[in-house]
Amino acid sequence: MSGKIYRVSGPVVISVGLENPSMYDVVKVGKLGLIGEIIKIDGERSIIQVYEDTTGIRPGEVVENTHSQLSVTLGPGLLGSIYDGIQRPLDKIKEESGDFIERGVTAVPIDQQRRWHFVPKVNNNTEVAGGDIIGEVRETELIMHKIMVPVGIAGTISGLKEGDYTVEERIAAVSKGGKSSEIRLSQKWNVRSHRPVREKIAPNMPLITGQRVIDSLFPVAKGGTAAVPGPFGSGKTVIQQQLAKWSDADVIVYVGCGERGNEMADILMTFPELSDPKSGKPIMQRTILIANTSNMPVAAREASIYTGITIAEYYRDMGYSVALMSDSTSRWAEALREISGRLEEMPGEEGYPAYLGRRIAEFYERAGMSTLLNGLTGSITVIGAVSPPGGDISEPVSQNTLRATRVFWALDSSLANARHFPSINWLNSYSLYTDDLEEWYSKNIYEDWDKVYKRCMSILQKEAEIKDIVQLVGYDALPEEDKLTLEAAQSIREDFLQQSAYDEVDTYTTIKKQGLMLRCIIAIDEAYRVASERGVSIEELRKNPVRQKISRMKFIPEDEVEGYCASIMQDAEQIKGKAHK
Amino acid sequence: MGDVYYKTINKITSVLLFVEGIKDAAYGEVAEVRLEDGRSVNGQVLDSREGLTIIQSFGDTRSMNLKHTSVKFSGRAATLKVGTDMLGRVFDGLGRPRDEGPPIKSDEELEINGSAINPYSREEPSEFIQTGISTIDCMNTLVRGQKLPIFSGAGLPHNKLAAQIARQAKLRNESEGFAVVFGGMGINSEEANFFKKEFESTGAMEKSVMFLNLSSEPSMERIILPRLVLTTAEYLAYNQGMHVLAILTDMTNYCEALREVSAAREEVPGRRGFPGYMYTDLSTIYERAGKIKGRNGSITQMPILTMPNDDITHPIPDLTGYITEGQVVLSRELYRKGVYPNVNVLPSLSRLMNQGIGKKSTREDHRNVADQLYAAYARGIDVGNLIEIVGSEALTDSDKKYLKFAESFEKKFVRQDYYEDRDIEKTLDISWDLMGNLDVGEMKRLKPEHIKKYGEWEDVQREAH
Repeated sequence: MSGKIYRVSGPVVISVGLENPSMYDVVKVGKLGLIGEIIKIDGERSIIQVYEDTTGIRPGEVVENTHSQLSVTLGPGLLGSIYDGIQRPLDKIKEESGDFIERGVTAVPIDQQRRWHFVPKVNNNTEVAGGDIIGEVRETELIMHKIMVPVGIAGTISGLKEGDYTVEERIAAVSKGGKSSEIRLSQKWNVRSHRPVREKIAPNMPLITGQRVIDSLFPVAKGGTAAVPGPFGSGKTVIQQQLAKWSDADVIVYVGCGERGNEMADILMTFPELSDPKSGKPIMQRTILIANTSNMPVAAREASIYTGITIAEYYRDMGYSVALMSDSTSRWAEALREISGRLEEMPGEEGYPAYLGRRIAEFYERAGMSTLLNGLTGSITVIGAVSPPGGDISEPVSQNTLRATRVFWALDSSLANARHFPSINWLNSYSLYTDDLEEWYSKNIYEDWDKVYKRCMSILQKEAEIKDIVQLVGYDALPEEDKLTLEAAQSIREDFLQQSAYDEVDTYTTIKKQGLMLRCIIAIDEAYRVASERGVSIEELRKNPVRQKISRMKFIPEDEVEGYCASIMQDAEQIKGKAHK
Repeated sequence: MGDVYYKTINKITSVLLFVEGIKDAAYGEVAEVRLEDGRSVNGQVLDSREGLTIIQSFGDTRSMNLKHTSVKFSGRAATLKVGTDMLGRVFDGLGRPRDEGPPIKSDEELEINGSAINPYSREEPSEFIQTGISTIDCMNTLVRGQKLPIFSGAGLPHNKLAAQIARQAKLRNESEGFAVVFGGMGINSEEANFFKKEFESTGAMEKSVMFLNLSSEPSMERIILPRLVLTTAEYLAYNQGMHVLAILTDMTNYCEALREVSAAREEVPGRRGFPGYMYTDLSTIYERAGKIKGRNGSITQMPILTMPNDDITHPIPDLTGYITEGQVVLSRELYRKGVYPNVNVLPSLSRLMNQGIGKKSTREDHRNVADQLYAAYARGIDVGNLIEIVGSEALTDSDKKYLKFAESFEKKFVRQDYYEDRDIEKTLDISWDLMGNLDVGEMKRLKPEHIKKYGEWEDVQREAH
């Protein structure tokens, strides 16, 4: 029996007479059949958040319960797609409703017609259980899609055969005790519950992003969590996009949550033209985009990050490392607040619902490096942008996010104003993974990386202290040693930390080059100090052309950088040597 | 519901009417409220449940009463009649002619709330608009289809700047300018007259449409007005293939009207009493800028807002900045120094700048020059602040150069005449001229080949020849 609408107030609709409603059941609202979800049950009344605009909907119109929960379709064909917040492909919506998104449009998430070549990886009549990989499909040149037994199914498999199948066709059956379940290339999963793993394990390698300030100073581990709070204009979106373009995860899920339409258009234009630095293949082959722009319905914005993380979990379950960028989680939290306000719930801090902290923590907990049900290892790295009002991170969304994440990239508007990008403040930011990753760095960059890194950080720290003193006594009153520290810090800031996302070479720096660059800067600092001891003045040292050479370093292509750095190291020796004479 | 007038109003506040006994008013439906004296006022359904409907009145609720005031429901959402005969005309906050002209003759009627553009259909804005204003063209470049607001303060010349941009803005290879759709919300009659005169004197009026709601007129019209502006803009852009510049001023008044409704509904307030959904609400206005693949026209938006107490962290500029593609910030300090246009370039930003500049559209050195100017001016301002603490004696030679640079930057680059239309080459040349007073070795943002080609340093030039 269907119910009817009793009340409409923005994205919240109250219905009466729904038969046996359960929390989070998906319902179809009104004549247009708008998609909604039951978020509260109160006697006869079911309170529904609607994922589409409710203008024109009247009390008395019909409400149908689908008795299923909000779920995503998982299977080959996800990669390269661009979805709205509830996994409707935007290109299919365009075919249906034109340039503007009309309401009540339905579109299947993945292509039902396309045939995929399926190759079994287990024999018939073997025992399988949920998560086990039974075969493969070449989804893109970059990603081999592993077909897994849906969670909750176990038994003896039969009917497996190599061949071409659509996502809906039966490829095998799993039976146990006379009960048989069909296996297809695709499966469904409820977005609000996490896909299970055997065990979470400690992350031990960094997500290499090619961004120097991140990889060298504040790395995030594969399977880690990072928060990027910053006021508008501080470059959150550019950082998120750089990570989506360059990070060395196998699969990228990019969730544009309540952000700008033109930005999504930019991504849609540029991503297909970019190639992955490792393989040279277009990065779209490993990317899934979820775009719910700010003017699209608010409830779908709330759902979008769950849609994203569920897809991420599915690829993790195949043993891949997945990175999810969410820009911006504040918009998601605001969607929660808006719905909560319409429900007339008692507000917590700043009008946000009392369960905000719990929801944020639950979301980030879906990240991690795990031993999977099938015994493989997979990871999800979650990087969430936060947009604090006025850039003040004492607000609830930032604070709850900081509690749930282990890396903090503090974006700074004064750096952004001086066009220091990425505007990650080196004094306030932190990464709690540096210790876990030390071993990886010393193995993969060089033995004494730790020493160089610590020297670099201490110069930056010291610079901040000296700058306070300069404010009081002026530059000229400083001892030579402090002046040298300022020189070195300036070089680190300008020649190493600043990185242009728009320069062909500078946009991505390998970890090896990062190591060399930092080593050169530190070596020159040491050489200057030796020279200064012997009475060479700073003015004279400044004239040394090696400074120009260092500042060109970031633009030197990867294959020439070794020789280039060797010559800088020679210069360093020479500076020391001259001082000896 | 035909011509039924309901007389079942049981509560009236300054902006809301509560009507009982209605079973099925549609959410967002337009309603007509008829007063005892025969006048009628339009409203819109904000909340509808069986037996009770809440209507937001767009007009004054003065003289409304429970006994003789009645309500009729139209059965449809708010619409606007659109046609090319709107060009050259002036309308009020509800879209009725406020000049002497005839009503709009058109069969086309559009819903004013519009639908979201599918991100997949959007074309990325990338065509450079030359506004003739150095601070914008060089450092915060505007491109066609962008939404770039002006963040101003009470008493600053934002209207003048907007008018200058409307007058001068053009694409470099096209002689044709923009059609301007202007929305004035809660502005005073002087401001309204300024724009009217401005458009008339430059002959732009025949390519303009104005919607005006003066500060003495009902505040609720301000909620409708920007949507009328954008519906008109969309019609002109996407149906008529015109390039439209939509100017909305003052968005602060819009937000205050929004807060008024929210307070009347007794909603849980967010920051400073503004409703929690203000971000979403503003986005349904700002996101209506853009370009659509396969269609000729475009909508470029320039909303203007006055920051209360010049505070950029106030919710209105804050939420706006999170939605728009950058911002042009006006400075009170520069205004006091007598610099027009008083654009403070440091907190200003254009997010779509890179798409619109470079060899193909402006000049190869554009990006680097802009970056270098930013860095050098920021340093100069820092030095200026330092003087206040340590005095000028403690400055190094290099510091002094930057201080001087910042001064001449404000005088020669930022400042320009209200009728001065600088092309981008001129602007870039001024930039190189100014940078010539700094040490070439410190110009790290500039490319060596550009320094050789455009640089004003004598030793570099000698080397090059």
